[in-house]
Amino acid sequence: MSKTLRTPAGGSVNRVKTIKFSFDGKTYQGLEGDTLASALLANGIRVMGRSFKYHRARGVLGAGSEEPNALVAVRRDKARIAPNLRATQVELYDGLVAESQNRWPSLNFDVGAVLSLLSPFIPAGFYYKTFMWPKSAWDKLYEPNIRAAAGLGHAPTEADPDSYLNRFAHCEVLIIGAGPAGLAAALAASEGGERVILVDEQCELGGSLLSATDAVIDGQSGRAWRDAVVAKLAANPKVTLMTRANAFGYFAHNMIGVAERLSEHQASPAKGAPRERLWQIRAREVVLATGAIERPLVFPDNDRPGIILADSARTYLNRYGVLPGKRVVVATGHDEAYRAALDLHKAGVTIAAIADARPNPKGPLVEAARAAGLPIKTGYAITGTKGTLGVAEARLSPILGAGRVGPPEIVACDSVLMSGGFTPSVHLFSQSRGKVVWDETLETYLPGASAEAERSAGACRGQFGLAKALADGFAAGSDAARLTVKRDFVVQATEGDPKGVVGALPHDRGNGAKAFIDWQNDVTTKDLKLAVREGFQSIEHIKRYTTTGMATDQGKTSNLNALGVISDALDRPIPQIGLTTFRMPYTPVTFGVLAGMARGDLFDPVRTTPIHDWAVEQGAVFEDVSLWKRARFFPQGREDMEAAVRRECLAVRSHCGIFDASTLGKIEVVGPDAAEFMNRFYINAWTKLGVGKCRYGIVCREDGFVTDDGVVGRMSQDRFHVTTTTGGAPRVLAMMEDYLQTEWPDLDVWLTSTTEQFAVIALQGPKARDILSGLVEGIDLSPEALAHMSLVEGKICGVPTRLFRVSFTGELGFEINVPSQHGRKVWEAIWAAGQPHGLVPYGTETMHVLRAEKGFIIVGQETDGTATPDDVGLTWAVGKAKPDYVGKRSLARPAMAAPDRKQLVGLLTKDPHIVLEEGAQVVLTPGQKAPMALVGHVTSSYHSAVLGRSIALAMVSGGRARIGETVYIPMPGSDIAVDVTSPVFYDPEGVRVNG
Amino acid sequence: MVDLVTHASPMARHVLRGRPAALEAAQGALGFALPRQACRAASKGDVHALWLGPDEWLILSGVSDGLAERLEDAMGAHPHALVEVSDRQIGLVISGAEAEAVLSVGCPLDLGLDAFPVGMCTRTVLAKAEIGLWRTGPNTFHLEVWRSFEAYVRQFLAAAAVVPA
Repeated sequence: MSKTLRTPAGGSVNRVKTIKFSFDGKTYQGLEGDTLASALLANGIRVMGRSFKYHRARGVLGAGSEEPNALVAVRRDKARIAPNLRATQVELYDGLVAESQNRWPSLNFDVGAVLSLLSPFIPAGFYYKTFMWPKSAWDKLYEPNIRAAAGLGHAPTEADPDSYLNRFAHCEVLIIGAGPAGLAAALAASEGGERVILVDEQCELGGSLLSATDAVIDGQSGRAWRDAVVAKLAANPKVTLMTRANAFGYFAHNMIGVAERLSEHQASPAKGAPRERLWQIRAREVVLATGAIERPLVFPDNDRPGIILADSARTYLNRYGVLPGKRVVVATGHDEAYRAALDLHKAGVTIAAIADARPNPKGPLVEAARAAGLPIKTGYAITGTKGTLGVAEARLSPILGAGRVGPPEIVACDSVLMSGGFTPSVHLFSQSRGKVVWDETLETYLPGASAEAERSAGACRGQFGLAKALADGFAAGSDAARLTVKRDFVVQATEGDPKGVVGALPHDRGNGAKAFIDWQNDVTTKDLKLAVREGFQSIEHIKRYTTTGMATDQGKTSNLNALGVISDALDRPIPQIGLTTFRMPYTPVTFGVLAGMARGDLFDPVRTTPIHDWAVEQGAVFEDVSLWKRARFFPQGREDMEAAVRRECLAVRSHCGIFDASTLGKIEVVGPDAAEFMNRFYINAWTKLGVGKCRYGIVCREDGFVTDDGVVGRMSQDRFHVTTTTGGAPRVLAMMEDYLQTEWPDLDVWLTSTTEQFAVIALQGPKARDILSGLVEGIDLSPEALAHMSLVEGKICGVPTRLFRVSFTGELGFEINVPSQHGRKVWEAIWAAGQPHGLVPYGTETMHVLRAEKGFIIVGQETDGTATPDDVGLTWAVGKAKPDYVGKRSLARPAMAAPDRKQLVGLLTKDPHIVLEEGAQVVLTPGQKAPMALVGHVTSSYHSAVLGRSIALAMVSGGRARIGETVYIPMPGSDIAVDVTSPVFYDPEGVRVNG
Repeated sequence: MVDLVTHASPMARHVLRGRPAALEAAQGALGFALPRQACRAASKGDVHALWLGPDEWLILSGVSDGLAERLEDAMGAHPHALVEVSDRQIGLVISGAEAEAVLSVGCPLDLGLDAFPVGMCTRTVLAKAEIGLWRTGPNTFHLEVWRSFEAYVRQFLAAAAVVPA
């Protein structure tokens, strides 16, 4: 079929602006204002896709977001391929390249369609029944092949080059849907002067008014009224109008997710123009004006291309100027199809027959059709269609009752319009946790009691017809804005009976006939009946077994008909069968819009210290430590990490090293009860710690396990300078606040994070004092004045400092805290002063090796959340005389002191060249077969340059009692023999901290 | 859009926490009462007190103006904590008709003038960074950003200022 179906005039397309586009490699012309679907229809293209399971040729069924069949991929370039777009929502632009899906090699000749012939062997629950044995075949054979055959579209293989935006918005009234009810609601709500947002998924506001012809509102045509209302709303600065905006999710507390298409509809978006924007709109009140979706009729061969929903055909005619065909059969169970028949008749289309399943339809629309001389057959069901790749004839049979039909008449046609009535769109209402209730009169589910501050208006709550929709929308808008505004719309429109038919029409075609319920997932009446015969009764089970309603369209056109068929099969009324849950998204959204701006450099904050840029200039290699970038090592020339770390380690031990410790967490604990608080929070005793002294503090959780550590300095009687691990700072501060606010609100003590107030420069090595001595003012660095584990306040390089004498290396060491803005200046001054003394910068890797040589633990490396202070050799730190501290009660339990607990020990390989793998297991005897008797694991392992051999720390069951024994590290191929030792490998007497 | 985000002038910053007697006494040094209404700032001259919690304020003042010493003197032995955080964070000023919209790209709060009036301040988030947000004018916001998050915040605001065609 290649004839044009474009009308000579009419519609809101721009007749003088033709647009070239391609579909499956062939070039066509459309008009500005077309969708891809309307342009293809105008070109006589009826087959737009292949179905999911049987690969049946499918044409467009609807005209909006409910479309289940015409799914296409739109391609801009290799990286920009958007699959599974509904052709009914793809706005045409010059140069648009679209491809059909789920077919090979071509739409009109698809090898996969052989599946349709095999359909007797692919019943409901086919996957569950067929691919169960042998079990091992699922991963390698069944699943990959099913996925390859069944896929709907293909994802692009390159990274998404587009950008996406995000926006949080707040309003008093959010209205979803801009049809007559939504526009009227906006008119009312905007009168209060509060913020109103109106969103609609289409490119124009107006909904059904965009394809209305005969309606007159307040003396204006529907279209003119719509234009005036939109202009009035747009002029109101408190009103935000959003088009191309898919309200896809209704979240708790009236938060609505909206995906707005920004540039997808443009022929050539500006370079860097964002593609989509995610709106998270928090509304005081929501008005749902989401309308209703026309129901297909369920009859044999109802999926043949050319069979479309009646009201959609009206939209194609009145909005796009496209005819569904030249000779049309209308099959219906609802009055609205007569409106479509009348409009098409006026446009010169031959209405070959109107087959109405109802015995006695009446009302103004039916009468108008009769008056126009249209051939109406009442009490007739459509019982089949024929035609290759498109409908060519319809089979109409008189309904005799009790599921029987009489002899058929064959009517030639090139299109069939169908309507079973309209199903209110309760998707968002249901997402809001509102409960739907069955309406006997309309035979549909309607919104019941609200769970959120929302109300539905218009067709989505069964208020069908233009007059009712306007009145209901205005009242809802007034209510949502907490106003009492009133307005009577004067409406002239022909309204029909809102009731339609639900479920399948009777037929005489036997068991082989396929009457589709769910077009997108290829579910037929037969599948549903089979599921019932096999014992399924709950709609939730039947849905999962047959996959009805589970496709990307979420059963927008199929859910109610499915319930009707199941109701018949179970012989139970629909409300007893229930309704499945509607889930977001209402229509699919891209991953891009959900990821939003959190990509690339903005994926996560990258935190850097005041000294970071210096390290960059020195060629440091960095590692990520929580969100921080920390210098890991400073390679010289062509050094690798091993060589650099070896050199840095030796330099610290022999001369001096400088290390950026700014990322350490810092908390200022201040108040008269500061020491008491520290006593209760830490395992250590603090009361007797003198002003100007430091102590290594350990924090346990309530369960007695070590959770953080760090040096604490006492600045004054009522002020402590607490340090934590780099990653632990927020956690420790939150834990402290928690205890203060919930357990000890009586204590006069307060916490302030000072992590970023100070840059911290660690200067470690025998030359440290010599280097510093010329830089400080008012500070006596002598061992007598500033002993190990003490601190002093004064000035360095002219800026105030808190200078700690502490060591995490075992060498004479200082940690110089200065206000962050001066960090780099002081660092550079120390660096310059250190040059004659052989000062080197070192990174976190060297820091790790140096502390391991001294047996100092790293919380989170030696500990894993199940180590007590005693397990890691810190019993000495416990303030035993204290009445209580966090974790004390747990530590008193017998199991916490069991002799076979894993304890911190050192491991020395018999072969000093072997560096063990961190995480390796420890066993007592060699040559074991799996499962081995594991007694521990390696927590830290390095080559020690100063010792000229490898060292390792490990947590070993009863480890301290095993010191001196030989144990084994099982590795593939062999066991490595190691000696259990003290964890302190270097300078066990601890004399080096004295310089 | 180029001038949307600028650095605030240098200032001293202190966190003040304490018992009611100390907070009363602080008034003598500040020259005004600490704001007790949640999320409100009070100012006199270039001294500002931003309510952060029922017993917590951020005090902004001129550099080296001796305010901290005067506060300590005024509060004396009444239980309190005054901690300098001048270098912990930096101040950014976002000004212009688009300021509210640009912040709303990453901040989930209602920044409408009715909900977030001039003089309101709070701790909140901008995308993945914690910030302090203080409205100093109908179209002007002062942001307090932890030093290491400045690069991220500025980069985010630059991206957020992109206006779709």
